Amino acid sequence: MKRKSLITAAALLAAAGAIAACSPDQGKSTANAGGNDASSCTNTIPKKQLPVVTMWGWYPNTQLVVDNFNKQSNEVQVCWTNVGQGGDEYDKFQTAISAGTGAPDVIMIEADRIPTFQIQKALVDIKNYGFDAVKANYSDGAWKDVSIGGAVYGVPVDGGPMAMIYRKDIFDKYKITPPKTWAEYEQAAQKVKDAGGPLFGDLGANVPAVMMALQIQKGATPYAYDPAQPESIGIALNDQASKDVLDYWGNLARKGLVGTQDQFTPEYISGVINGKYATYISAAWAPGYLTGAGVGKGEDTGKFAVAPLPQWDSANPMQVNWGGSAFSVTSQAKNPELAAKVAYGLYADDESLTDGWTNQIIFPLNLKALNDPKFVDLKVSFFDGQQANKEVYVPAANAYTGMTYSPFGQYYFDSMTKQIGAVIDGSITGAQAADRIQEDVANYAKEQGFTVQ
Amino acid sequence: MTLLIEESAASTQKKAHKVRGKVRLREHLMGWLFVGPFGIVFLALLIAPLAYALYLSLWQKKLIGGTNFVFLGNYVKAFTDPTFLSGVWFVVRFSLVAIPLQIVIALAMALIVDAVTSLFTRFSRLMIFLPYAIPTVIGAVMWGFLYSKSFGPLTDIFGLFGATAPDFFSKNLIFYGLINVVTWQWAGYYMIILYAALQGIDPSLYEAARMDGAGKWQIALRIKIPLIAPALLLILVFSLIGTLQFFNEPQILRYLAAGTIAPGFTPNMYAYQQAFALANFNYGSAISFALGGVVFVCVYAFLFFTRKRRSFL
Repeated sequence: MKRKSLITAAALLAAAGAIAACSPDQGKSTANAGGNDASSCTNTIPKKQLPVVTMWGWYPNTQLVVDNFNKQSNEVQVCWTNVGQGGDEYDKFQTAISAGTGAPDVIMIEADRIPTFQIQKALVDIKNYGFDAVKANYSDGAWKDVSIGGAVYGVPVDGGPMAMIYRKDIFDKYKITPPKTWAEYEQAAQKVKDAGGPLFGDLGANVPAVMMALQIQKGATPYAYDPAQPESIGIALNDQASKDVLDYWGNLARKGLVGTQDQFTPEYISGVINGKYATYISAAWAPGYLTGAGVGKGEDTGKFAVAPLPQWDSANPMQVNWGGSAFSVTSQAKNPELAAKVAYGLYADDESLTDGWTNQIIFPLNLKALNDPKFVDLKVSFFDGQQANKEVYVPAANAYTGMTYSPFGQYYFDSMTKQIGAVIDGSITGAQAADRIQEDVANYAKEQGFTVQ
Repeated sequence: MTLLIEESAASTQKKAHKVRGKVRLREHLMGWLFVGPFGIVFLALLIAPLAYALYLSLWQKKLIGGTNFVFLGNYVKAFTDPTFLSGVWFVVRFSLVAIPLQIVIALAMALIVDAVTSLFTRFSRLMIFLPYAIPTVIGAVMWGFLYSKSFGPLTDIFGLFGATAPDFFSKNLIFYGLINVVTWQWAGYYMIILYAALQGIDPSLYEAARMDGAGKWQIALRIKIPLIAPALLLILVFSLIGTLQFFNEPQILRYLAAGTIAPGFTPNMYAYQQAFALANFNYGSAISFALGGVVFVCVYAFLFFTRKRRSFL
């Protein structure tokens, strides 16, 4: 394996050389040279005389968004590269931060990662670079998710209000109505199983963010963190609510009511297409992702519908969020003011937003789109014409109050993935998993120099 | 007279010495010149990064409190870190199963291909070697699909007998799933090495053995295998080092089974996670060196126990 990996490494090096040709660094240097080498960006830069800001992002329609921005801007042009989705991009950004070079000027990151990078001083506070002009375009909750203390470290683009996507055909066949509470969810799952039906949902070890959101829904507050006192952090990952939610899903898996397949894998997607799962607990951006992966196009056209997320206490409903991203300016940006212009302007024009929400790629946080009756009343084709925004997602987004994330999100999620894996294979209970996650993450925090409360 | 002669002899000797010295110096320079290009690359791409990593491993960087010199602190931590130790234990267990399996298969195939000469054996030699020509990453992705319950053939094959297909991504079976991938990839390569060694044996030895009444089995067991023992040892050491540094296959299959293959599944993966996902280059370097130490100990122990037969080191 080692010799082979040397060969692979050599091949990768050669490939890296090729990629380096389109890396943001190159884009930067050519930008400084005054000319724009079109081959260094994924997109073509139309106004070659303008300064260039480099950007990493992975929205499926980024090409269009960047083109729209470049067309409209007379000050700056965007040079876009897609270096991977989620974790892949963060690993590269993390390495660029450690190296002190190689990061783009503007980067797309999920809101829950902002504290992780902010604590390393990798992001720039853009409050003084035009915040007031666009402040009114987003709700206070949206700004809260990208702010730390009084500083603003990102411009919100999309949110991920969570809901329950379900298969109408399966629900009809087994005569069940969308469950309103998690207790009903379990009953419905049992009913479908007893009748010889498919799995009711899925507990994926590789989507810890979902588990975190569901724990928060039951009242958990994983982190208490005040950036004014960065050395002290409250970690509560094994409170009763966290244990209950892990136990709940662990039990569903143990009883064979839900699957235990990793999500975002070909295996899972084919299961969704073939009706192997009756529900998919997911966020508002999921239909766009599923459509892109080939769901809802063949025999399963029009089989999907969406209902609000089941609740623990239907008298006091609680809405939560999964994913949703922002554009941040990195501290390696040569010209932060110019980069901030890009961060504020990108994906904020009507055309890009409309493309985003009509294709369900994003659930926009920009109020221009969010309050647009066309958006609210949209009959979503993935959901067979259901007015998903009006009925489910917009109310969920409006009821969302924001969450507090940790400055070591990567470690927390890795730890969760490991322990959810152990719950799935039946070696520990959900409550034990919560205890282990707490111990693991608290130890890591102490080791990193935090005072854990 | 004798004195004179001796003196002149001494002076000629001195002259010769001088000339020889000049030649030697020139040869010396030429030698360095020839080694130079390799030496520079060796220093710049192997020694320097190693030295830098060693230097890094002596420091500790915290999110709060910055960077401090901790000397061997990271190593103490590594050897008491359950994740690292369980990773080491995994690759050691894996080596104990995977290596003998690969070698036995490779040896059997090499002996067959060596003993039987026909168009078919030449074809099978190529086919057996083929998996090695496939990059490990692609091989791992391929096996990921073959193991899949929806896409792979396992469900159908086991379905024929009315059984449920094993899930090679589950915690209990991932070990065997990986053993299979690695054996598939490497047995052919080892077979080629052993086959080449077999081809190097003087055929007159076989003739002599046959004259003395040795059968095919006896020739294989008493002549061929002892004669290729050095090649066997060589591939054993190679595969031991390679397997202890297991990385590619589990790292790729992680994308399909994150709950089963944790980031610290093998020591190399743990080092990768620390350095590139958690930005902890210091601890990542320390893990790499600690793993290097483990590899050194394992290989040394192995060579020690086989010291009578080794002839290549």
